[in-house]
Amino acid sequence: MDVTGSTLREAVAVPKRSSRAWRAHVPWLAFVSPALLFLLVLFVWPVLRLMLASVEGGSFAAYEKALTDGLYVQVLVDTALIAAYVSVICLVLGYPVAHFLSTARAPWPMIGIVFVLLPFWTSILVRTYAWMVLLGRNGIINRLLLEGGIVSSPLPLLNNLTGVLIGMVHVLLPYMIFPLYAVMRRVDPGLLSAAEGLGAPGWQIFRRIYLPLTLPGVLAGVTLTYILSIGFFITPALLGGGKVIMIAVLIESQVRQFLAWDFAAALSVVLLAMTLVVYFGLKRLFRGDLHLA
Amino acid sequence: MKRERRATRGSAALRFALHAWCAVVFFFLIAPLLVVFPLSFSSSAYLQFPPPGWSLRWYMAYIQDPAWIDATIRSIKIAGSTTVLATVLGTSLAFGIMRGRYPGKALVNQISLAPLIVPVIIYSISVYAVFAQLKLIGDWRAIVLGHTVHAIPYVVIVVGAALRTYDEAYELAAMSLGASRLRAIWRVTLPQIRPALVSAMFLAFIASFDELLVAMFLGGSNMTLPKKMFDNIINAIDPTIAAVSVLQVVLVSILLLVVSRFGAGAKPIA
Repeated sequence: MDVTGSTLREAVAVPKRSSRAWRAHVPWLAFVSPALLFLLVLFVWPVLRLMLASVEGGSFAAYEKALTDGLYVQVLVDTALIAAYVSVICLVLGYPVAHFLSTARAPWPMIGIVFVLLPFWTSILVRTYAWMVLLGRNGIINRLLLEGGIVSSPLPLLNNLTGVLIGMVHVLLPYMIFPLYAVMRRVDPGLLSAAEGLGAPGWQIFRRIYLPLTLPGVLAGVTLTYILSIGFFITPALLGGGKVIMIAVLIESQVRQFLAWDFAAALSVVLLAMTLVVYFGLKRLFRGDLHLA
Repeated sequence: MKRERRATRGSAALRFALHAWCAVVFFFLIAPLLVVFPLSFSSSAYLQFPPPGWSLRWYMAYIQDPAWIDATIRSIKIAGSTTVLATVLGTSLAFGIMRGRYPGKALVNQISLAPLIVPVIIYSISVYAVFAQLKLIGDWRAIVLGHTVHAIPYVVIVVGAALRTYDEAYELAAMSLGASRLRAIWRVTLPQIRPALVSAMFLAFIASFDELLVAMFLGGSNMTLPKKMFDNIINAIDPTIAAVSVLQVVLVSILLLVVSRFGAGAKPIA
C-alpha cells in the first residue's frame, strides 16, 4: 500500500533548501516515534525472537522435522491446498455477486451490501457455532434432507474437510467481494456497450474486456483470501473435529500441549514464508496496487 | 432480426442466472444468523430447530453465570482500552507517515501494516513467550498491549486514507494565523477528519473484542468473551452460546449505528 502525499501538498510544505527541508520534517518523526517504538518492542522484537528460537543452539533439527516428517509435511500441504480451495470457491461465488452489486439498480446494491456486511461484522465464533448447529449429524440441514427423503442417511458435513471449507468460505467471502466490487464499480459501462455495438458476442466481451479490467480485483481478492486462509485457526479447530489439521492449529498445540518452542517456531517461520511469498509475489504481479483496505 | 431476439433472450436467461446465483450466495451468507436468533429463544436444552417453544432461559443462564459476566466485562474493558491506545498511537503514526519526508519512511510504513500480514497465531506465541518471562500472563493490561498491536494497522489505514484526501492548506492557514502545528492539527484537522477517526475507533474496538488467539495465550485463566465462547463451544454446546451470540451481534449493531451517526460519511468497511 502506497502512502505518500500528493505532489501539490509537498510543494506547499517543503521549503526549497534541503537542510531546512530536513529540519522541517523532524517534527513528523516525533509523530511517528511513539507508535514505532511500541511496534518495535511489542511486535518486531518478539517475532524476531521467535524466529531465532527456531534455530536454538545452531541446530536446524526443528526445520528438518517440519519439512521431512511425513505427518507434518502433510499438514503443510493440506494447509496450502485448503487455502487454494477456499480462494477458488470464494472467487466463483463472489465474482458474480460483486458484478451484481456494482451494476444493479438502486436499492438492490444497498440491500446486497447489507447481506455481505451483516455476517462480516458478526464474530467468527458466533458464525462457527451456527455452522455446527446447521451441519451436524442431527443438524438442521441433515434433518431437512432426511425428512424431505432426499438422502437416506445423514451426510457427513461436520468434523471433516467439507465443514472446514464451508466455515472458511463463509468467513472469507466478504474479503473477496469487497476488492472485486471496488474494481468493478470503476469499469466504464460505455466500453461494454461499445463492444456490443461493434458486434462482439457476450463471451468475447467478458473475456477480452470485462475480465482484464477486473483482474486487479481478482488478484487482490485471491491474495487476501489466500493469506488469511493459511493462518486460519478457529474454523479448522472447531469444524475440523481434529481430523483437519491446519498449520495454525498445529502451532497452537505444539506450544500449549507440548511446549515444543523450537518446533513451533520453525513452523511459524514456514507459515510466515508462505504468507510473504504469496503477498509479495502477487503484489509484484500487478505492480503494487494491492487493495488491502 | 431473429438473431437479435435470440441474443436478448440469451441475456435475459443470463440475467436470471445471475440473480439466482446471488440469491443463493446471500442466503448462504445470512443462514448462520437466521439460525442463531430463534435458537437463543428456545425453551429446549437441545439444539432443536425450529425450537419446540419459546423462552428467555438461555439469556437468564447467561446473566446468572458470573463466569460469563466476568468475561464480558473483561472483554469490554480490554477493547475500550485498546481503542484509546490504538487510536492515539495509530493516528499520530498516520500523520507522521502521510506528512513527513525522512529516510526510512517506507520501512516505517511497512512496519505499521505488518501486523495485518503476519498471521495472528505467530504473533500470539511470540508475544506470549516475552510476556511469560515478564510474568505478565493473566494480566488484562498485557492483552491490551497485544490487541493494540493488532489494531494499529486498521487505524493507520483509515486515518491515513482520510489524510490523503485532506487539504493541508487549512492547517497551514491556521498556522499562518499564529497557531502551533499541534494546535492546528487538534483544532482544525482532527475535527474535519472526525468520520475517519470514529471508523478507526470502531475497527480498533472490534479488532480487540472479537480476538481469540492473543487473548487465549496472554489471558491465562482470566478469560475474555471469545475465549469463554470458544471453550463453551468445545465443551458444552447448549443454547446459552446462542444467547451470547445474539447479544454480541446486538452490541456490534449498536456500535455501527453510533458510527454512522457520529461518523457521517464514514464507510465502516475494513
